Amino acid sequence: MSIKKTSLNNLHIKYGAKLVEFAGYQMPIQYKDGIIQEHKYTRSRSGIFDVSHMGQLFISGGDDLTNDLEKIFPADLKKLKTNQSKYSFLMNNKGGIQDDLIITKTSDGFLIILNAACKYNDYEVIKSKLDNQYKLNLDESLSLIALQGPEAKNVLNKVIPGCDSLKFMNGNNYVYKNEKVYITRSGYTGEDGFEISIKHSDAETFVESLIENGSKLIGLGARDTLRMEAGLCLYGNDLDNDTSPIEANLKWAIPKSRIETEFVGSEVLKNQFQSGVKKLRVGIKPDSKVIARGNTKIYNDKNQEIGKVTSGTFGPSVEHPIAMGYVDNSYSTVNTKIFLEVRGKKIPANICNLPFYKKNYVKGEINV
Amino acid sequence: MSEVKYSKEHEWIKLDGEEATIGITKHATEMLGDIVFAELPEKGSNVDKDGTAGVVESTKAASDVYTPVSGEVIDTNQMIVDDPSKINEDPEESAWFFKLKIKDKSEMDSLMSKEEYDKFAKETSA
Repeated sequence: MSIKKTSLNNLHIKYGAKLVEFAGYQMPIQYKDGIIQEHKYTRSRSGIFDVSHMGQLFISGGDDLTNDLEKIFPADLKKLKTNQSKYSFLMNNKGGIQDDLIITKTSDGFLIILNAACKYNDYEVIKSKLDNQYKLNLDESLSLIALQGPEAKNVLNKVIPGCDSLKFMNGNNYVYKNEKVYITRSGYTGEDGFEISIKHSDAETFVESLIENGSKLIGLGARDTLRMEAGLCLYGNDLDNDTSPIEANLKWAIPKSRIETEFVGSEVLKNQFQSGVKKLRVGIKPDSKVIARGNTKIYNDKNQEIGKVTSGTFGPSVEHPIAMGYVDNSYSTVNTKIFLEVRGKKIPANICNLPFYKKNYVKGEINV
Repeated sequence: MSEVKYSKEHEWIKLDGEEATIGITKHATEMLGDIVFAELPEKGSNVDKDGTAGVVESTKAASDVYTPVSGEVIDTNQMIVDDPSKINEDPEESAWFFKLKIKDKSEMDSLMSKEEYDKFAKETSA
């Protein structure tokens, strides 16, 4: 299979991107400024992220769609108002996460944003679970651009007036160059921000106008350090087919109203809600400057293995190494002393609260 | 005049008499990106040619630092441990890694000159 390029590929090259292959796409890992400067620019001003590799799945048609989707996803879709979004999961029968995603109710159905590496499989799974009764469109004619940071609302409002009135986890239709764009107030950096779904042919001029208004392109490298500081999971690292949302400490994303109802994986989840789980995702802060990356083994003070790190880096804003991972539930309490095996040495660390960096979202009427 | 040579693992080595100063090249720092962690060998320890003698980590990944020659570690640069970003700023001067009392000067012979290294770096990164 040949490597795919997004509509912003020429722009990435123009701004000096180092390009890498990610989920079948040629994507920018960083630009000229480097990961730390890009990270800090997003936290202090605003950053533009090309997330066009992610899937935009539109589902419509039929009065029973909401009911049928609730048989798949553990979200309260009946209560969702038009243009409201929820974070949810596509699970297997064992309650393992096949993908984490954002579901938005649209005027004629739902829009689901899927991870790039999972999107084609998700499409097939969802289509088959819906018995081919509805219209599914994994729309590859649209780019997806995220604008994140404290200045995001001012920058975007200059290009598309009125979007600063959106509440967090809400979306709406806007017009850019006489074409419809769909904007949601959301993101994955721990900052206030927006995701803009826009025609490929308009994406480049749109991004250039954001840059003219003071924003900068940011690569996948900084996207990773930003999401880690915000305590957010990356599918494939922190979430996988063998890990349930309860184990991933994402219980908050499963509303109480759905616990007793049926959806894919509900038996396992109900059981875990009642009896607890063996492993739990936690935040980890090493005592020293040593960085523990994914797959680092975690030990207790008796030298027994109790888990492993799933993501780890140096947090440019917290100015310290940070990590997250899974430990045996009896070690998941904050301030528990643990040891990380890095290059043959046991590095002392503590279990800590997530996020490492405090969020700065604009709160809407609905808490997520 | 002191002699500067380069290894295929992107270290530079400057020899003054029996004292060798070793660091990583500017090209290496450009490939690594922002360096956020450095680990150095212990003073007084002995290191062998092509063996691991330290670690650097960028936001993205960890990389071993190798010693291009054998010897006893006589000094290490605490400045780069305290502030690893100095390695990006001045890799081939003030941000040296460690100094060795060199064991066998003939180990220098197999290393590259500046011109040879620049050509090697260009070819391997293309």
